Amino acid sequence: MAESQSLVAHHFSTLEQEHDAETMGMWVFLATEVLFFGGLFSVYTVYRVIFPGAWDAGSRILDLNLGTLNTAVLLGSSLTMALALHAAKLGNRRTMVFFLLVTASLGTLFLGVKGFEYYHKYTEHLLPGLGFQLPNGMPVQVGLFLRMYFVMTALHAFHLFVGIGLVLVLAVFGWRGKFTPLKHSPVELIGLYWHFVDIVWIFLFPLLYLIDRS
Amino acid sequence: MSQETTSSVRTLILSFLALMVLLALTVWGSFIDVGAWRATVAVVVAIAKALIVMIFFMHLKGSNRLIWTVAGAGFVWLSFLLILTIGDFVTRVPIGPGP
Repeated sequence: MAESQSLVAHHFSTLEQEHDAETMGMWVFLATEVLFFGGLFSVYTVYRVIFPGAWDAGSRILDLNLGTLNTAVLLGSSLTMALALHAAKLGNRRTMVFFLLVTASLGTLFLGVKGFEYYHKYTEHLLPGLGFQLPNGMPVQVGLFLRMYFVMTALHAFHLFVGIGLVLVLAVFGWRGKFTPLKHSPVELIGLYWHFVDIVWIFLFPLLYLIDRS
Repeated sequence: MSQETTSSVRTLILSFLALMVLLALTVWGSFIDVGAWRATVAVVVAIAKALIVMIFFMHLKGSNRLIWTVAGAGFVWLSFLLILTIGDFVTRVPIGPGP
């Protein structure tokens, strides 16, 4: 009893109360993030309603194979993040660090593929601001679609970049034995953030890549 | 306390496989011409994927009602943002010159 009480921060009565407060705090932060991305999704939807033809044409410019690959990579990273938390709860330090490193690697692979896609768009003169030139016959609003594509995916990539940094910090602390089956909230909370970033991509992928392939 | 919020490894792997099936389904479905339903199908599949991630990976399953409420609130606010904004744009009609 005395041992478990010393684990609790002084402003909480029990570990369970502390855990609930931390988890709720993270979910509140994620709710603000939902609205942050929600603003961009609203702009996207309004322009899609006004310029449906340009959105159809724009989605066909994007590389479906790379987009699908990246979706699979990110879904896989959510699995390994969940497995890392599972290992943390069981106190398997090595397994947890292994899965955290796999998670960070998959996130980095995603960013690499994304960077390749950006570079490819740049060489095709489709990166707004840098020698931007639409192919002949394309509706001019395809430029608007591409701007939405770059802003939304870049904001998502930035979130993922932050997530990779946080997961690597977890791996270092985990390796030093900072997490125990009773006390491992950072793994759980950063895991929630990681899964949220995954969910944003789950919506970005069909809305950007899959509008009109038929 | 921690055991009840833990999804088993089997559940996690099954969730991942379900996500992969839905990914294949949504990519395959995008090649079929279903006209105006295309966006609806894509968004419904995305919502299904998001729910799997939230319930099993973010372990809403096993969380208390408070967490469910906070998690749901984010999406209720998002629905206000989207429904009111889109409702405006799809109901606008051209009006003639004034008197």
